Amino acid sequence: MSEAVVSGAELEAAGKQGVVDDFSRDKQVFGVPWGKAMMWIFLLSDTFIFSCFLVGYMSVRIATTDPWPSPSEVFALQAFGYDVPLLLIAIMTFVLITSSGTMALAVNMGYRKDRTKTFWLMIATAVLGATFVSMQAYEWTKLISEGVRPWENPFGAAQFGSSFFMITGFHGMHVSAGVIYLLVIAFRVRNGFYEKRGGNYEIVEITGLYWHFVDLVWVFIFAFFYLW
Amino acid sequence: MAEEGQQHPLRIYWIMWGALFVLSGFSYATDFMDDGPVRTFLILLFMMLKAGGIIWIFMHMGWERLALKLAILGPPVAILVLIWLMSYEGLYIEDTRVEYYGESTMEPQTPHH
Repeated sequence: MSEAVVSGAELEAAGKQGVVDDFSRDKQVFGVPWGKAMMWIFLLSDTFIFSCFLVGYMSVRIATTDPWPSPSEVFALQAFGYDVPLLLIAIMTFVLITSSGTMALAVNMGYRKDRTKTFWLMIATAVLGATFVSMQAYEWTKLISEGVRPWENPFGAAQFGSSFFMITGFHGMHVSAGVIYLLVIAFRVRNGFYEKRGGNYEIVEITGLYWHFVDLVWVFIFAFFYLW
Repeated sequence: MAEEGQQHPLRIYWIMWGALFVLSGFSYATDFMDDGPVRTFLILLFMMLKAGGIIWIFMHMGWERLALKLAILGPPVAILVLIWLMSYEGLYIEDTRVEYYGESTMEPQTPHH
């Protein structure tokens, strides 16, 4: 995590001139730590993966002649004697947003070098992430018990199941990986791992980028798969 | 700037956090509306506002230099072309299916909870 970023007044040009400067000068292009630039590039590639899934879902949903199951009814839950549409999904959405907030605060506390607060905020984020995955596991169990399979389901077009398991499964896997990533970094923050490396807490922001991306993907899944 | 990292006042995070809750509430509320162009528009609007807020504030993209913004946010624009192509293709496949197999005769069940 060396801070090999060239900086100085000559790099402060903004706007279009800044882009030309950044790319054409004999220096590192992006004025950010390499770890952060690499995380962004990884997230860009992940954007394409999730986009392909969502576009694939769009294609099969357009192309099928069978009626598409209403997500509003399929994902309804009984509460207080009523069928509340998308109840579990709404709760999952709020859990993930809450975790995004705690992560943003953790990044901020990391830059303030407040290790205790950073640690606990990251742990809170990981716990909320684990809650999200547990709720997703419950949702999968419920749908499987109702006869939803990747190749058929009783509610309509067969493509519903394959899209659902593929998209939410891949997202759930990202959340699970994120929980592990968060825990590893959180404990390193607490036990002083980064103190020995010059007290640089940029890693918290890099972890945060990944976590916010997972939340970002959920925004799109929620809109296109559950609401549309 | 880079050497100090992304340090910003806490207030901006609290505002963004609150905004995400409100916008998600609005998103969820669209599920109770009747299907139509207004609902579709609102789903997309709230989605874009949430996504923009997360990228710009929480992921600090708003404070990065333009070179990084363009490198990361530029390429996904190509996905719009893929969406256009695949929706065109999907409609064509649906047409051929209707022509050769006829409209669906499937009677879907309503889920019971």
